[in-house]
Amino acid sequence: MRIVKSIIVYSLLLVSASLILFPIVYTLMVSFMTGGEVLQGHFLPEHMTLENYRSAFQKVPLLHYLVNSFIVSLVVMVGQLIVSSLAAFAFVFIPFKGRNAMFLLFLSTMMIPWEATMIPNFITVSNFGWINTIAGLTVPFFALAFGTFLLRQNFKTIPKELDEATQIAGMNRFQFFIRVVLPISKTSLVSLGAYGFLTTWNMYLWPLLVTNNDKVRTIQIGLKEMQSQEVATQWGVVMAAVIIVILPTLILLFAGQKQLQKGLMDGALK
Amino acid sequence: MKAGNTAELNVQNKIALNLRGFKDFFIGILYLLPSLLLLGIFIFYPMIKTFYLSVFLTDQQGNPAAYVGLENYRYLLTDPGFLHSFKATVLFVLYTVPSSIIIALFLALLTNEKLKGIGLFRTLFSSTMGISVAASSVIWLFLFNPSIGMLNQILTMFHLPTFHWLQDPDSAIIAVSITTVWMNIGFAYLILLGGLQNIPADLYEQANVTGTGYWYQLFKITIPMLSPTLFFISTVTLINAFQTFGQIDILTKGGPSNATNLIVYSIYQDAFVNYRLGEASAQVVLLFFCMIFITFIQFKLGEKKVHYQ
Repeated sequence: MRIVKSIIVYSLLLVSASLILFPIVYTLMVSFMTGGEVLQGHFLPEHMTLENYRSAFQKVPLLHYLVNSFIVSLVVMVGQLIVSSLAAFAFVFIPFKGRNAMFLLFLSTMMIPWEATMIPNFITVSNFGWINTIAGLTVPFFALAFGTFLLRQNFKTIPKELDEATQIAGMNRFQFFIRVVLPISKTSLVSLGAYGFLTTWNMYLWPLLVTNNDKVRTIQIGLKEMQSQEVATQWGVVMAAVIIVILPTLILLFAGQKQLQKGLMDGALK
Repeated sequence: MKAGNTAELNVQNKIALNLRGFKDFFIGILYLLPSLLLLGIFIFYPMIKTFYLSVFLTDQQGNPAAYVGLENYRYLLTDPGFLHSFKATVLFVLYTVPSSIIIALFLALLTNEKLKGIGLFRTLFSSTMGISVAASSVIWLFLFNPSIGMLNQILTMFHLPTFHWLQDPDSAIIAVSITTVWMNIGFAYLILLGGLQNIPADLYEQANVTGTGYWYQLFKITIPMLSPTLFFISTVTLINAFQTFGQIDILTKGGPSNATNLIVYSIYQDAFVNYRLGEASAQVVLLFFCMIFITFIQFKLGEKKVHYQ
């Protein structure tokens, strides 16, 4: 009975895995094919060729797009960490009047979908002269209620006595924040950072709106551009580009799957 | 003399406390300043501006030109184009949300078994989460290609009719939905698996002692215990479905004949292609209330479940 059950479960697992992975595996296969093979609709390449990868880097500024995406994601990540941790620190360690009302105001922004603000934000960013700049792609995302909330929950677990002890030791508030609070909260800063980096890396609509040339355009928009330019002939090159784009995030996902799952559950249920 | 001293001290204390309170308030605001400034500029102000724009007709530069009251809304609610977008969005939600959750739940139940190598399957099933909207859409664009795409080839292999997937209005919405479900699976799966693992094992042990079957346990223990997680994931998937943009932009551009012109795509076109900001803003406001409504329902139902346990 146990064996029969195992066989059934394993077969279901294998079938499901092949169905879900099929598009990814197929993309990988096409990325190694010559143009002729793609047009004949082969599944497996006869001779593996890396020509498509070379073309992808040569024909479009793929490397440039990748660097742009990396810079933009990094800037948003750092910006979010600084802005959110400062706010979370105030909400936990500075007992000022109106603190709770202010916190509710912060939380209320989590209810506002980003699309609801995109039209005026586009006008604002244009007026600032931020079209085709790193600032236009990053600054609007620095303040993050979710990030502040996450860090506040974590800062709350730091004992108040530590605050008093550092005051006696002659440290001021800001030193306490930098030298004590931030190092203790390293884990949640790392998960917030990873979250910020990944969501920015995968962003699509906003970079589409605020860039119209190659200067700071991100890899996601580059991919769309490439697809529309090369669509008739060079699917192999496009698929090579897709593989290059998904590789960093897939590696990150596989490496951090356990932590990610835990982080998501904490976010979802607490 | 003594009493006078105490009073003086009290006054001094009060002044000191007031000073301290004032100082704390000042410093607190200082730490919040970056957030307040950014939230003000990029969330609160644009939110108000969106409501404001929605009652105006705008010129080519997007400046409000004439106050029209609720005219934009009235126009939208009778405009066949918008009603079509709304219908397409509802259809898309119906196609994607239940199927994403059912498939993810099935996978989560499968991988909740204690078997050798299960960790590998868990990683594989969550993998679509690491693939961006743009990359997924390009992958599926190729799969849907009528002549060289794998999907039609497989259908031919089984002697089934093939489709011009993205060129036919009926199959285009299905194609966009298939892409979306595939993209949703990774995240929904991880959340549901987490929910399953949080169900206390002794509940099943008791059930095993009384000798109940798999299906009985599934519907009497697993699903009820999982309901908060199910509510959470359905809300997130539902809200994401209303926000769909990338798949549409890459796969169909809202076509053919507006069959996949989902609401955010329609907003994008009105605002940034046709420069009708007033009308686009009115659509944004309607979308916003839809989402608030969904979130509200989720909270109400979620609360009920918590009391129920």
